[in-house]
Amino acid sequence: MTTPLRSPAASRTASVTARAVIATELSDGRTRLETLRSDPPLTLRQTGPGLVHLVSTGAGPLGGDRLELTIDVAPGTDLEVRSVASTLVLPGSSPAGSVMLIDARVGAGASLRFSPEPTVLAAGCSHRMAVRLSLADDATLFWREEIVFGRHGERPGRCRTRFDATVAGRPLLRQELLIGDPAVDAGPAVYGDARCVGSTLIAGQRWDAARDRKQERRATIGDGWAAMPLAGPGVLASALAGDTVELRSRLERAESAAALLAIS
Amino acid sequence: MRDRPTGDAALLLLADSRLPAGGHAHSGGAEEAVRLGTITGPEDLARFLRGRLATAGLVSAALAAAACEFAAATADHPAGPYGHAGPDPDADPAALWRRLDAEADARTASPAQREASRVQGRLLVRSARRIWPSAVLDELAKAVPEGAHHPIALGAAAAAAGCDPYQAALAAAYNSVTGPATAAVRLLGLDPVTVHRLLADLAPALNDAAHAACASLIDDVVHGVAQNGAGGHQGPAQNTATQDGAKRDDPPHHGGATNSGPTHTGSADGPAAKALGSAWPALPGHAAPALDLLAEGHRGNPMKLFVS
Amino acid sequence: MGAQHDDLHDAADPHGRALRLGIGGPVGSGKTALVAALCRSLGPSMRLGVVTNDIYTTEDAEFLRRAGVLDPERILAVQTGCCPHTAIRDDIAANLDAVETLEERFGPLDLVIVESGGDNLTATFSRGLADRQIFVLDVSGGDKVPRKGGPGVITADLLVINKTDLAPLVGADLTVMSRDAAAVRDGRPVLFTSIREDRSAHSVAEWVTSLVNTWKHSNDQAHDHTRTTPTTAA
Repeated sequence: MTTPLRSPAASRTASVTARAVIATELSDGRTRLETLRSDPPLTLRQTGPGLVHLVSTGAGPLGGDRLELTIDVAPGTDLEVRSVASTLVLPGSSPAGSVMLIDARVGAGASLRFSPEPTVLAAGCSHRMAVRLSLADDATLFWREEIVFGRHGERPGRCRTRFDATVAGRPLLRQELLIGDPAVDAGPAVYGDARCVGSTLIAGQRWDAARDRKQERRATIGDGWAAMPLAGPGVLASALAGDTVELRSRLERAESAAALLAIS
Repeated sequence: MRDRPTGDAALLLLADSRLPAGGHAHSGGAEEAVRLGTITGPEDLARFLRGRLATAGLVSAALAAAACEFAAATADHPAGPYGHAGPDPDADPAALWRRLDAEADARTASPAQREASRVQGRLLVRSARRIWPSAVLDELAKAVPEGAHHPIALGAAAAAAGCDPYQAALAAAYNSVTGPATAAVRLLGLDPVTVHRLLADLAPALNDAAHAACASLIDDVVHGVAQNGAGGHQGPAQNTATQDGAKRDDPPHHGGATNSGPTHTGSADGPAAKALGSAWPALPGHAAPALDLLAEGHRGNPMKLFVS
Repeated sequence: MGAQHDDLHDAADPHGRALRLGIGGPVGSGKTALVAALCRSLGPSMRLGVVTNDIYTTEDAEFLRRAGVLDPERILAVQTGCCPHTAIRDDIAANLDAVETLEERFGPLDLVIVESGGDNLTATFSRGLADRQIFVLDVSGGDKVPRKGGPGVITADLLVINKTDLAPLVGADLTVMSRDAAAVRDGRPVLFTSIREDRSAHSVAEWVTSLVNTWKHSNDQAHDHTRTTPTTAA
């Protein structure tokens, strides 16, 4: 079956609601995709064993769109999710903002790697993005998010993101980002002179600092990036940069440093 | 106009930079920003303070309001605020204090900032226990012996001093900008009157942050009830380890956690107290990536005047 | 680090805890050298802890650790945010926390020394932090300093005038300093020393020893009235 890439979002007039699902199951000791449900514009392709690409995120979402992606990684399975291109968030004909929701569960002994291309906030957009991650005690996670403040030379629209990750019900990381308020964005406290922000949550028992409660583990830092051990079993790699190339390079350095912070 | 809260004078004492609780030695990232040259004068400083208030300040305000509300509820119900809600191993106040403290942990990715926050929290509880002796502060000190996060300590101290959650939130928001402002005055030799003018300009934003902090408590209590009605998977006991990965314990996607409005919460009890803990996961979590980098850079630099 | 005793929050209650000795004085007068000297003299016979209040680095703490006069773990550094006098007088929370942390980790201790960051003549320790205090001057500041007084010079339990070996070089008259100090100090002791020549600061160490013994004795007696068993700080 082939689904053509949808036409450019800007030519679309009606806003859409889409619900896509990825679910794995364990079959003869191997990961199998139990459900792979596309719902345009959220179109999913299996591109390898335990590997899924989002293929239709080249343009949009538009104002008024509400896109939901549910990811269920069954115990003992491994899933990797990528995208083929950046997501360009645009204003639409609807005055309402666009919404992207991702709900992911990673079961016992399972692993999820989520590393899509960046989300670009075009001028005039009004976007909300919410991610909820529920990890079982011994799940493993790599979750990357990159946000670009406008296309080249453009001021971004507004965006609010919320990220909630829990491990066995305990909060691991809760973060919101607000982008598009000039009074806040450019200040030296929030983004400085950066035009891109990226973060990767790397989590699993190998980063469990429970034995080390009183003395916080040290972060590893470099120019524009940091790998920060969290209070729970995880490390947040974080980077700020002037462009997407620099952002990816800094974020990858932070991710490598985060991997080294694992407790052997 | 609302009734005059009884804690106005206590709020002044609590927010005063002369409160002997160790705050004078923290710059909230300003020292590192000065070292890197991203704060050089009043204009940079104004933007730094506005950004800090919109992120770390709002989060602190919300956590302080939640802690104050919870402290008042435990004071009203010594057996625990959920004592009437049936047997629940997570309902003892010490476990709930640790849960709220864990919510602060989850909102503080930078270990340097977590450490600075715990040090300040510990020093504040130490002083507050002598200034405003109360069972609530003793309970908190016992529940989190390594030192509760500063906003949690501030909320509990506010309750012990007789402040309401709005006042606790206001004190936290105020603290989030006055410390860095004072540090910048000392480090750059700025005109202190100019810097106080900056703080005066921020006054409406401080009020807004405190309102938003309290609104987030109310909103999410409402959300919690709605979620319970609809899906039945939300509830105060969301922290139990028996939940598997499929159980949702997070804030609703549709939550408007940062609404601002002239809403005040008093000390909650009755039905609201039952839902107290369920509001915590959805409290604001505004991050400031640059502040994280500043905090970690500061910690690694041996030449410094301030603890953070 | 961290200390959350139920019993130690009130510094006014000295039962069963170490004597807390503040050492203050202007920059360069020899506070850190005196602390090192006291560790050398008293270390063998007393259980010690040291808290330093550095101005811009943890240099004083590092100096003491490198000097090898005390187990490095027993030396804690406190940062004072540009205001060394605030940390020992107006807002002593961080210093108290450091003192109690030492007592918690290594207690019971006999003596905890709190060295202030170098400051001016008005800086003195809060009684909430230090039970007794020493103010250190040096002769190179000029022999008029004691006459000028100031809270440190006047009220410290002991005034130490250091670097007497430099007196001839800087034209300082020790007799004048002694007379002026006596005039403003109302009988409280003054000791002259040159820690460069006497690396154990014997006279000061003797004074401190007698202080610690008195402290212990009076606390033991107080214990007898209030408690049936001796308790320790921990």
